[in-house]
Amino acid sequence: MRIHCPFCGERDSDEFVSTGLVRASRPAADAPIQAFVDHVHFPDNPAGEVREYWHHVHGCRQWLIAVRDTRTHLIVSVELARRGAA
Amino acid sequence: MTYSAFALLRNAFSGNRHWKPVWREPEPKAFYDTIVVGGGGHGLATAYYLAKEHGITDVAVVEKGYLGSGNVGRNTTIIRSNYLLPDNTRFYERSLQLWEGLEQDINYNAMVSQRGVLNLAHSDGQRDAYARRGNAMRIAGVDAELLGRDEIRRMVPLLDMDNARFPVKAGLLQRRGGTVRHDAVAWGYARAADQRGVDLLQNCEVIGVRVENGRVLGVETTRGFIGARRVALAAAGNTSRVAAMAGLRVPLESHVLQAFVSEGVKPIIDQVVTFGAGHFYVSQSDKGGLVFGGDIDGYASYAQRGSLAVVEDVMEEAIALFPSFSRLRFLRQWGGVMDMSMDGSPIIDVTPISGLFLNCGWCYGGFKATPASGWCFAWTIAKGEPHALNAGFRLDRFATGRVIDEKGAGAQANLH
Repeated sequence: MRIHCPFCGERDSDEFVSTGLVRASRPAADAPIQAFVDHVHFPDNPAGEVREYWHHVHGCRQWLIAVRDTRTHLIVSVELARRGAA
Repeated sequence: MTYSAFALLRNAFSGNRHWKPVWREPEPKAFYDTIVVGGGGHGLATAYYLAKEHGITDVAVVEKGYLGSGNVGRNTTIIRSNYLLPDNTRFYERSLQLWEGLEQDINYNAMVSQRGVLNLAHSDGQRDAYARRGNAMRIAGVDAELLGRDEIRRMVPLLDMDNARFPVKAGLLQRRGGTVRHDAVAWGYARAADQRGVDLLQNCEVIGVRVENGRVLGVETTRGFIGARRVALAAAGNTSRVAAMAGLRVPLESHVLQAFVSEGVKPIIDQVVTFGAGHFYVSQSDKGGLVFGGDIDGYASYAQRGSLAVVEDVMEEAIALFPSFSRLRFLRQWGGVMDMSMDGSPIIDVTPISGLFLNCGWCYGGFKATPASGWCFAWTIAKGEPHALNAGFRLDRFATGRVIDEKGAGAQANLH
């Protein structure tokens, strides 16, 4: 698997660490306990295209958001996280 | 047909022309008492124990590919019960006991080989942790021995005991652990279940689960709708997808785990040996190939293949531990999709949907659990509540805080 880093070009996925799906931030402090249980323990686990954070730890150290298909490992697009997360 | 030495001789002298197909290929009926989703080790074992222990024989196992095409044929064939936490120790020890009697029980040669599982420790702290785990096992009535360097050197002469970074300090040995021929487990359970009247429906993929008023009514499949009073999910890495069809969320992430086998060589490793400073383990198959296992790839995946980075990592660890392996050639590499749970422990439980049962979250360790998983799941389905052995493996433990986190890694599916 190769990931096209906006700064470094196409690089081996071994240079990156995935920290999982881009998702809503944690529930508000006064949210019901079940909201926290779902947030921590019940992730979406789709077979298909997902938006994930990838950290280019052995490269430019930028955080990226990649759209990747979990059935084929095909990477559809990559963008800088600070733009994509907005 | 019962397999025996006599049957073998009779068929040998009649040109092996009279062997019968091992199981039937029935058409799906319109309705079953119980449908098991997933024709792998756990699903087939569940169907077998439903019929044998509870007399429930109006059962179908639906499988999207062929029987045993998933993780039961993609693991590294290891069995053991060397766990620290009581829920795991009791459950896996029951599994090991069932392995010990399995071949006579199902009249099938699964090549159960109790050759021992040796975990290597590479630091003083790790040796202490192993001593603690060994003591926990012995208190629970499980065999465990803490070995020193000299015993390990005699037992595994090819080991590099004095690696500069990770010298071997000690080892925790479970002599009753070992390996089993994994395909034969699927075939043996399938045959034994079929003989008791279970319908094995291959190439029958579940594409929907019909639920009305909180009650399951059956499954939509590629071979049409099949009604059922009870539906039991044993779909491993695809559990999230099937559960979602019933509107159920599960605490799982699917990850790909690879395994490897080398060319065949003369017997050089008698045990299963695990590296304590990384994630690598090795055993030698009866054909002579060295079977290597390693870490998951680290990102969510439903593809049954992994990346080269893990191949390199596993090989590096292999050579760090056994320098002589550097001259081996590798024959094959493959991947399976693991249902990684959020605390590293499995779930065998009823669900909030009436008639729907859940068996998942096996992480790296599904194969060794096969008999006890099937046994406990069959009990749970038949009685409508968990057995004492799987009373800790509940779905609600993530909300109640009673997680069973053997590694203490927290809610990070890719760290268990």
